[in-house]
Amino acid sequence: MTQGATRGKVLVVDDDAALAEMLTIVLRNEGFEPVVCLTGDKAMGAYREHRPELVLLDLMLPGKDGIDVCREIRAESGVPIVMLTAKNDTVDVVVGLESGADDYVVKPFKPKELVARIRARMRRFDEPAPESLEVGDLTIDVAGHTVRRGGELINLTPLEFDLLVCLARKPWQVFTREVLLEQVWGYRHAADTRLVNVHVQRLRAKVEVDPEQPEIVLTVRGVGYKAGPA
Amino acid sequence: MPTPAPAPTLRSAVTAAVGGALSWLLRPVRAVALSWRRSLQARVVMLTLLLSALVVALVGWMLLRQVTDGLVESKRDASLQDARQGFADAQGFVDSTDPTNLDPVQLLSDLFQRLNEPGAASGQYRVVLTGPAGQWRSLPSDAETIPAELVSRVEQPRPLGSAAPTAWTYTRIGDATAAGSVPAIVVSSQVVLPSDGGTYTLSFLFPLGEQVDTLNVVRGAMLTAGSLLVVLVVGVAFLVIRQVVTPVRLARRIAERLAAGRLQERMQVRGEDDIARLGMSFNQMAASLQQQIRQLEELSRVQRRFVSDVSHELRTPLTTVRMAADVLHDAREEFDEGTARSAELLQAELDRFEALLSDLLEISRFDAGVAALELDEVDLAEVADRVVTATHLLAQRRGSTVEIRTAGRPGDRPSGRPGDRPGDRPGDRPGDRPGDRPGDRPGDRRCVAEADVRRIERIVRNLVANAIEYGEGGDIVVTVGASDDAAALTVRDHGVGLATEEASMVFNRFWRADPARARTSGGTGLGLAISLEDARLHGGWLQAWGEPGNGTQFRLTLPRRAGQMLERSPLPLVPADARRASVGAAYLMPQLRGAQP
Repeated sequence: MTQGATRGKVLVVDDDAALAEMLTIVLRNEGFEPVVCLTGDKAMGAYREHRPELVLLDLMLPGKDGIDVCREIRAESGVPIVMLTAKNDTVDVVVGLESGADDYVVKPFKPKELVARIRARMRRFDEPAPESLEVGDLTIDVAGHTVRRGGELINLTPLEFDLLVCLARKPWQVFTREVLLEQVWGYRHAADTRLVNVHVQRLRAKVEVDPEQPEIVLTVRGVGYKAGPA
Repeated sequence: MPTPAPAPTLRSAVTAAVGGALSWLLRPVRAVALSWRRSLQARVVMLTLLLSALVVALVGWMLLRQVTDGLVESKRDASLQDARQGFADAQGFVDSTDPTNLDPVQLLSDLFQRLNEPGAASGQYRVVLTGPAGQWRSLPSDAETIPAELVSRVEQPRPLGSAAPTAWTYTRIGDATAAGSVPAIVVSSQVVLPSDGGTYTLSFLFPLGEQVDTLNVVRGAMLTAGSLLVVLVVGVAFLVIRQVVTPVRLARRIAERLAAGRLQERMQVRGEDDIARLGMSFNQMAASLQQQIRQLEELSRVQRRFVSDVSHELRTPLTTVRMAADVLHDAREEFDEGTARSAELLQAELDRFEALLSDLLEISRFDAGVAALELDEVDLAEVADRVVTATHLLAQRRGSTVEIRTAGRPGDRPSGRPGDRPGDRPGDRPGDRPGDRPGDRPGDRRCVAEADVRRIERIVRNLVANAIEYGEGGDIVVTVGASDDAAALTVRDHGVGLATEEASMVFNRFWRADPARARTSGGTGLGLAISLEDARLHGGWLQAWGEPGNGTQFRLTLPRRAGQMLERSPLPLVPADARRASVGAAYLMPQLRGAQP
């Protein structure tokens, strides 16, 4: 818990002042540099001002709610977004994920759990070796974090990129949702497979020519997903 | 070596054939009986038909009788008149003949001719003349038809000089056995022939053919009229009852739709009669029902909303408290003893508080009816494996071993101290078989059911945790078993057990076997209540058996296919060792059945 070099700037968007303050204490203890924003309306301004490496976003906010904030940030950037939600009902979680959140944590969470989720989302900053992968008609430059179809650049969030790379590295392997949760999201125990379903949909919407008939990310019924042939 | 077909086979074949014919014959009877029971219209029409047919038949019969009587009476009077005249004529003719004429045959022939002539000409009557003891007969065939009783009445001895008596009766003439015979009136008297002093019986036969024809015509007319009348009455009844039954049937259909949840259905009301008022009342009832249901739905929605809001409102501050407590807990070594302990207690109680809150929210979700299943193929043996692995540490702390058995194969895969259990059957193989999955074993039926794995795991975790909690360090046995349409799992402990009346109470919310233990045990008191709701959501059973001092056994039974009805569980609720040890267990069964959902 040293206050040495910061591990990254984290924007905390939560209307509950006490929780926001507590979050800053915990994050600071873990070596992050937290920035607090108490309303949804000011969230975009704060994001543009601080350019954080990760956003912690409460789903229920007065004024502009978390879903809208999430969409707006996503429209501008692929920054990792972790939602804080008080509800574990499918509808709320799926709506949050579909609006662009990478992961979610259900209140009340343990600080360690939250930190683990944040670290998992930021871990990609350990730069990988240069590597080039091919899936279908896509070319992936792993070190450069770019995906191209022909000469055209496809804009993916870091999470979507990780998901695609994970599948593309082993095109012969079928990944179960649990394995993907572990490799892409960093969950060591079984977690919510809805995360995988929603993000596969989002990824398909971006990389597939026809998302109704996927050729890049294929569903293996009853098992999971695999990459399409190169 | 052909052997004759055994008799029972033949007999049964015959029985079957007769039965088949009988049922074929009975089918229309059954159809009528069914519509009698089920259709008011059919019943009224059938009753009307029966009663009107009865009345018409009765009236027709009476009318016919009166007409017959009238016709026959007038004919009889006329016949007697004619006969008397004939007798007088005959006696006069006989008396006026020359007594010296000694040829009675000629005389009789003349007499017969004289009498028979007018009758035969008009077809009104015929004459039969018979001599004493069959000496002479005019027409033998007709003579046969004159009843002997009548003849004997006429032949009675009488004082000399008095007039010969006249007697009459009804008879039939023609061939008595054939349909061609005709009823007739026969009038007899005697004539004394002066020439030989012989007494001859003279009979007049008046055939009633004309009257019979008339009666036939009348009967035919009445039959036609009666039938038409019956048809008319039945038709009227049909139309009238239709007026009543049609709206009743309509009301039934609408009521069925209402019952099926289509609350906006209403009856059409036309006019102001009783039927219309029935429709109006019916619609009022439906409207009132709809309103009440809407209110209840609204209430339930508000309640759900409230639970959801409470959940959110409670969770945010709880998160803050939780994090603060964690920070304090992590730094507790820097505090003095009292403060450090406080930080620990705060942390531990927060865990309990969180568990309680999430259990309460889960229960309220069941109460609000919003709990939904996410169905998947769930292998109970795998679930048991995972749960036993997860609770391994807890069991070790309590000194219990948890063993998983597959029904019929005891002694497999103990997770704790292997091979030291007393009472195991000979021939079983205690010992670890890591990585051995139930589906891999030959002849083993996988305990797979269509279920929500999260809920099933929660049930099994609750049961195993409970068994460890109350098992007093004894062995715990988890048994899985399956039949064609059900999969089951039992958890047996050898702890303090349960009293008979407690077995059904363990599923009550916040119920504890021993109130004194309430503070020490870690559960929220809602675990089994939630498990029961989870089992019910699957259409399954969760039951408990217990005996003081002999431990408890909980049994979860799930249908293999979602939505199927459970009939019996593949595993017994009362464990085999307890059944041998005591008879008291058997008395518990009815009570437990009553506790089944």
